[in-house]
Amino acid sequence: MSATTAPRTGDQPASAEAGALLEIRDLDITFSTGSGPVHAVRGANLEVYPGETVAIVGESGSGKSTTAMSIARLLPSNGKVTGGSIRFDGKDITSVPLGQIRALRGSEIGLVPQDPMSNLNPLWKVGSQIDEALAANGVAKGAAATKRTVELLEEAGLPDAERRAGQYPHEFSGGMRQRALIAMGLAARPRLLIADEPTSALDVTVQQQILDHLDTLTAELGVAVLLITHDLGLAAERAQHLVVMYKGQIVESGPALQILQDPQHPYTKRLIAAAPSLASRRLVSTKNGEAQDATEQAASGATGGSVAVSGRATDGDAPAGGAGPASGAGPAGDAGRGADAQRTREDTVISVQNLTKVFPLRGKVPWRTTPFTAVDDVSFDLRRGTTTAIVGESGSGKSTVAQMVLRLLEPTSGRVLFEGQDIAGMKGKEMMALRRRVQPIFQNPYGTLDPMYSIFRTIEEPLRLHGIGDASSREAKVRDLLDKVALPASMMRRYPNELSGGQRQRIAIARALALDPEVVVCDEAVSALDVLVQDQVLHLLNDLQSELGLSYLFITHDLAVVRQIADHTVVMEKGRVVEHGSTDEVFHDPQQEYTKRLLAAIPGGSIPLAGAETIEVDVDTDVPEADGARGDDREGTDGHHPLGGDPEDPFSGAGHV
Amino acid sequence: MRSDHSPRTLRPADEHFVAPLDETPLREVDAVDTTAAPRSMWGEAAHNLIRNPVFVVSALLILLLLFIAAFPGLFTDFDPTKGDLGVSNQKPGDGHLLGTTVQGYDVWARILYGTRTSLSVGFFAMVISTVIGVVIGAFAGYVGGWIDEVLSRVTEIFFALPLVLGAIVAFTALSSGVSTFTIALILAVFGWTNIARITRGAVLSVKSQDFVTASTALGAGKLTNLAKHVLPNAIAPVIVTATVNLGVFIVAQATLSYLGLGNGSISWGSDISDAQPALRNNPMMLFYPSVALAICVLSFIMLGDAVRDALDPKARKR
Repeated sequence: MSATTAPRTGDQPASAEAGALLEIRDLDITFSTGSGPVHAVRGANLEVYPGETVAIVGESGSGKSTTAMSIARLLPSNGKVTGGSIRFDGKDITSVPLGQIRALRGSEIGLVPQDPMSNLNPLWKVGSQIDEALAANGVAKGAAATKRTVELLEEAGLPDAERRAGQYPHEFSGGMRQRALIAMGLAARPRLLIADEPTSALDVTVQQQILDHLDTLTAELGVAVLLITHDLGLAAERAQHLVVMYKGQIVESGPALQILQDPQHPYTKRLIAAAPSLASRRLVSTKNGEAQDATEQAASGATGGSVAVSGRATDGDAPAGGAGPASGAGPAGDAGRGADAQRTREDTVISVQNLTKVFPLRGKVPWRTTPFTAVDDVSFDLRRGTTTAIVGESGSGKSTVAQMVLRLLEPTSGRVLFEGQDIAGMKGKEMMALRRRVQPIFQNPYGTLDPMYSIFRTIEEPLRLHGIGDASSREAKVRDLLDKVALPASMMRRYPNELSGGQRQRIAIARALALDPEVVVCDEAVSALDVLVQDQVLHLLNDLQSELGLSYLFITHDLAVVRQIADHTVVMEKGRVVEHGSTDEVFHDPQQEYTKRLLAAIPGGSIPLAGAETIEVDVDTDVPEADGARGDDREGTDGHHPLGGDPEDPFSGAGHV
Repeated sequence: MRSDHSPRTLRPADEHFVAPLDETPLREVDAVDTTAAPRSMWGEAAHNLIRNPVFVVSALLILLLLFIAAFPGLFTDFDPTKGDLGVSNQKPGDGHLLGTTVQGYDVWARILYGTRTSLSVGFFAMVISTVIGVVIGAFAGYVGGWIDEVLSRVTEIFFALPLVLGAIVAFTALSSGVSTFTIALILAVFGWTNIARITRGAVLSVKSQDFVTASTALGAGKLTNLAKHVLPNAIAPVIVTATVNLGVFIVAQATLSYLGLGNGSISWGSDISDAQPALRNNPMMLFYPSVALAICVLSFIMLGDAVRDALDPKARKR
């Protein structure tokens, strides 16, 4: 529909002459569903030139994968191209017979699918699956194919390729499987490689390796790449040309850097503002619930300019971060968020000491088990009113720690102290009291709410379990909680299956807050959400923290999120704590190789962004408000936890954990 | 990380395209439709059910069968237990809607009264077997460990015993004069295993869900969790299986009474058996009770199918 209005249509012939490898014009894709036709893609225009990388960015449901899949005609059976054209190498392939498309697949257009776990046939050796791809495209057969397969796997960066080719997919790790899939996608030397979220299921360091490798490989071979991703930072880092999709339409496209630094469409602006990999500062909530960046705090002059260091490391202001522990913990020392601390003088709410968990793993014979140390001698403190993040890759034991803190698992050794009391010995009433004060929020928004319970019943459940109030006071409380998580009270009568992921997560937050807990353990609480929704939920969590003086134990694999929400960071690797300190220290002066690698792997981290300046401009206009938020106003608003007379803020000097 | 952004591309001047604003108006992030009526899982299932013709047909048939079972006398004037040899082997018509048997029983009346036996045996057996199966299956799945091992093995032992064979042995061991309820009990004792297996599987998959953990963290005890979260979420496939089982039990009861193992009450199975000697002369005598049996069983199987469709989590929007 945008064909006539799009400025690019004018030079369509010109671009054709220049030899676009792939040219999509006014593409419409419609799905026929039970509730009528759904226009998944509308009027999309897009070109890919030989050898370049083009990224399509968008949230789930934006039509990015649908657009890409339509190129190789791999749409689900109820999806159809209903308008526009797809030209590959100058030839219109929109409606040619399937046979011709089949000839293109693999040999001209390669595909690297999203989920490395389900895209390899578990019954076949990895090598023979690549052999198959070679044979199908007429590249090689028999012994020649086997030889070529080993070469391809080597090329895809798989060590010991010859042996690996003879193994089955279950013997491969996620990263290795993705390498095998890349080898398969490139087996017949296609000219265009469609990579659909090739690394979103992988750990961040693995993601970086794989993408680096994919980059070099495609550059060497001159393969054009169409990269589909939800991660703006990753897209900007890997692609020269960026296409932003929203609700089935391309809202903005152009040179990657230009879009990132000078976004025009409000949606792109929103996306860039929300992208955690591009954001760089600890969120700071104001009294009216709006969250602003920590830079504003710096501008307000309360803790001095060094807080601004939590910005990007590119500007060489890192030393300032190390300048003083006091300022380094700026956000943590924020007077408002420490509100609760003054109530009780104890500032450490949860103390984890030498926590170890050993799981018995089934060995070769069923009656003999081998011990597996999932968590090994982990110690850290969670201070009242602050956020401590435990960050690590899959298998680092971070969730196991969370489960032990919640006492859903018993530690093998070590202790978890809640306000100085060992939770292991708690029983009956004591345990119920602890349950009231420590609440979890889980990762999967679809699994965390009982589908049989209405929203009202879900949020009321904890009140009922603990016998709090009567029916009418409970209802009032539920209304109040819904209001806190910014959902309308009319939501009460609904059921989880009617809500979106972000809304479910907010309901989960409301349920966790029902008992007025002091500590909330967020186990990957935002990982499953789209970036804009994730941003919203993070802001909500942050606002609630400043309003209620909550302490968060935030478990995540996403360092970018850590930077936004955490005051202290604990980095875990293979069950051990490799580094911990204030978030600023960890981000600006990482001591361990592992931490450095993790930080370097944050996609988009290296991109010079105009964002910092833009925000500083904003700061100037917002100073009074930001100032007020950080100052005395908070005492007034925070009625539940009035600041006591303790003049000493225990957090002002909290540089190290 | 690629630091150079130097284009290795043939792209001509890469212009910056921005879609006109009015074309895709920005919606609020995570907007929600608060206008539609809220719907629970059961509400939605019911909504789907009444729109499913299979459900409507089977439900109407079952209602009709229930009505007949309750008031068979409304549909016929004949006494099914009174044979009148004067009207032996009559063709349909002449006052006897479906004719009479060799003994002079009215076929239509016997079919109507036979409904009562079939449905009550089927219903009681279904209830008893479901209770046994759910208790054992839920306990095995929820508690796990060696209790699960033991209960699963016990279930498999019972699973290995054929329903009808087991019932025949039990009947033979019992003295005559068993009540309808005893027949149902015997069938249930040999027919609960699939319910137990299905309950166990469903409980296993539900108990590892986050909402159960969340409830534990809220302070709910194990039994509270089982009763309030796990079982309600695991019960849908059990209902489906129980519905189909009802049909199976009706068939089993017919088989037993065909073999002469019954309590003498009017039953389609014994009628089929009685009609067998006259198969050549009067095949319809065998045909009518068979049709009644088939319609009855088919209704329950169709109902089970429709309920399965309605409760299928994949069919529900997530």
